[in-house]
Amino acid sequence: MALSVNVTEQTGYSIAAVVGDVDGATAPELQEAVLAAAGPGCRLLLDMSQVAYMSSAGLRVMLLLYRQISANAGSKVVLVGLPEDVQETMAATGFLKFFVIADTLEDGAAALNR
Amino acid sequence: MPDQRIDTYPTHQYQGYDLRPGRPLPFGASLVPGGINFSIYSSAATSCTLVLFHKHEREPFVEIPFFDEFRIGDVYAMTVFGLNWEEVEYGYRMDGPWDPSNGYRFDQTKILMDPYARLIGGREIWGTDPDWSDIYHHRARLVADDFDWEHDKPLETPIEDLIVYEMHVRSFTAHESSGVSKRARGTFAGIVDKIPYLKELGINCVELLPVYEFDEFENSRVNEQTGERLYNYWGYSTVGFFAPKASYAATGKFNMQVDEFKNLVKQLHAAGIEIILDVVFNHTAEGNERGPYISFRGLDNKTYYMLTPEGYYFNFSGTGNTLNCNHPIVRNMVLDCLRYWAAEFHIDGFRFDLASILGRAPNGAPLSNPPLLEQLAHDPILAHCKLIAEAWDAGGLYQVGSFPAYNRWAEWNGKYRDGIRKFVKGEPGLVGEVSQLIQGSPNMYASRGPTASINFITAHDGFTLMDLVSYNDKHNWANGENNNDGANDNNSWNCGWEGETDDPGITALRRRQIKNFAAILMVSQGIPMFLMGDEVGRTQQGNNNTYCHDNLLNWFDWTQVEKNSDLLRFFQNIVAFRSAHPILRNRFFLSGSDYLGLGVPDITFHGTQPWQPNWSDGSSRTLAFMVNGDYARGGAVRDDFIYVAMNMYWDAVHFTAPPLPAGMRWHVAVNTAMPSPEDIWAKDVEPVLDGGEILLGGRSVVILVGR
Repeated sequence: MALSVNVTEQTGYSIAAVVGDVDGATAPELQEAVLAAAGPGCRLLLDMSQVAYMSSAGLRVMLLLYRQISANAGSKVVLVGLPEDVQETMAATGFLKFFVIADTLEDGAAALNR
Repeated sequence: MPDQRIDTYPTHQYQGYDLRPGRPLPFGASLVPGGINFSIYSSAATSCTLVLFHKHEREPFVEIPFFDEFRIGDVYAMTVFGLNWEEVEYGYRMDGPWDPSNGYRFDQTKILMDPYARLIGGREIWGTDPDWSDIYHHRARLVADDFDWEHDKPLETPIEDLIVYEMHVRSFTAHESSGVSKRARGTFAGIVDKIPYLKELGINCVELLPVYEFDEFENSRVNEQTGERLYNYWGYSTVGFFAPKASYAATGKFNMQVDEFKNLVKQLHAAGIEIILDVVFNHTAEGNERGPYISFRGLDNKTYYMLTPEGYYFNFSGTGNTLNCNHPIVRNMVLDCLRYWAAEFHIDGFRFDLASILGRAPNGAPLSNPPLLEQLAHDPILAHCKLIAEAWDAGGLYQVGSFPAYNRWAEWNGKYRDGIRKFVKGEPGLVGEVSQLIQGSPNMYASRGPTASINFITAHDGFTLMDLVSYNDKHNWANGENNNDGANDNNSWNCGWEGETDDPGITALRRRQIKNFAAILMVSQGIPMFLMGDEVGRTQQGNNNTYCHDNLLNWFDWTQVEKNSDLLRFFQNIVAFRSAHPILRNRFFLSGSDYLGLGVPDITFHGTQPWQPNWSDGSSRTLAFMVNGDYARGGAVRDDFIYVAMNMYWDAVHFTAPPLPAGMRWHVAVNTAMPSPEDIWAKDVEPVLDGGEILLGGRSVVILVGR
């Protein structure tokens, strides 16, 4: 399944909605789109609710994202609507606690302001 | 300056795949710019073919022969461009002579796993039958090895401070009573969930039974009496030395076992707990000449295995074959493997199963100066790793006390286990031996120090501590071998009834014996180790060889944490007692003399009366000793006086503790004859003992603290 990342601007933050499977073949696309959207000072909701499957390559993109935002003071990213499988995989590998997560876009926007 | 290397371009093509000559080192499959570098060794193959599969597909999508110019010496090396490293599985076909009597067993029809594979597919979900008709069972894959360790590093806890807890990954949390989420039961992630329990227990090191990829279906069979499936459950039979077992990871089905295992190490370290791996380098999962082709047999049988002059497999391991550890090629593989686990996984130490095999020459003869053991002892990357030998093998070599140690190796002290078991059981004439054992066995390790001695009463092999005091004989019928397997010399005593009983007297005595064992273990110089679940009375129903059971014969039953809370409380407190008293954890042997002129020697022995140990009476079952806290760490640290009285006679006996320097008083820290919670007292709330006399109940241990 192909992957798309749709970035929309909201007042004071942006939303990047990921749709599709993230595996070794599509992870480079995700990496390019997400890292571009998470520049210095970004306030970003990464909407993962329409990701059915994420492989280790996809999780590595998440970790790159974490490293990029950690390097830029003021950058903030919230992961929204992580599918249960992905969330459990991230928990088991210790990656989940690097991130702020939220169930809905609304909660995510609130978390950005916290 | 251009930022791209000029050797990232292909020079060759095969069926549309871009190739170039590879790099021979490192062995294995490595990610390189634009492609994957494959490197594999064989001294006697005549040709080699790389076989590539898409993940989860039965048939390969391409088989690429190594061109002549891709071979350097005995190494085939090739870079293949344009592969998706996450999606690819790889293996090799080797052509060469079929001449078993000369050690050659090449078979081009077999697809062989890379011995350096760091991720292995094919057994991702525990106990799930694989496709038995698969042409390639254990499938090599690639890993990124880019885990984010943040600030973690191996803890380098001084070995004399370790308190080791031996555990099995699956057994620890497989039972639903563990409270671990269903997906994480029996996994690395499950252990992470239970770190708070380990912290409360107070141990600072876990030693995991094998975690390298193994096949639980190896020699799997059905027990005809029970209908239950028997597995290669413990995992003492390695498929791949560089890969963590996929089905020990909740994320194994997503091929994330490397990250999950690294997270376990990271979280344990954050809790101050070291991790030692039980490693099995004495044999592999390929068995004897009737066993399967997995890897080594088809790659270079003669190099990797010890063979008889007729080309059969030597069997010093008792499992069919023997890895040829002192062959230079195999030696380097073992070294590469341990370095990888130390550097990439931050492992704190290794316990070597049947380590005496590692000291045998290719013809099987024991070496006086085995190159592998020496090399490991002096390796720069392993320099701060604990190296622990199980100093015997199944070929009759028994080296407890004489293992080639290079001032570096510690070993499982089997003589400690046997001597303390006999003493606590009530056998007479052991006080002399016990006085050595509790000092860290200076009679055996004179030049090596007490840190050479891993003291233990129980380990995965043999009875649990509860079974040690509940059974005279092994009860291994569930193993399906007519009770013929497992050791017969258990030195166990059932306290009056074989197996479970409601008899309150027997039950109380068993609990007291368990506490006696725990107390003696924790006041002995050397490094204590105990078995997962002993602290809550885990039972294996008298089975002393549960290698094949995926059920409650091995699993930790967490309901016992409540049921046997008195035992757990005792263990927590006795572990805390050891941790609080540096005089119990010396790097060097106590001398028995007052070499600093502090008034009292570092260690003194006593009988029922001070200064009168009963060495000469062959019927004696009582011994006491006192350590002077001013000699802690060779006099560098101050600690209390500690007096330990052990009465393994069946009736009560009066003991008198030695007098203390003016102003000090004895306090009762432990009295195993008392019911919980008066059996053990936390630091600083121990009741004061009036005078120095104390009545020790039959079969009990008293520990006094003088301050």
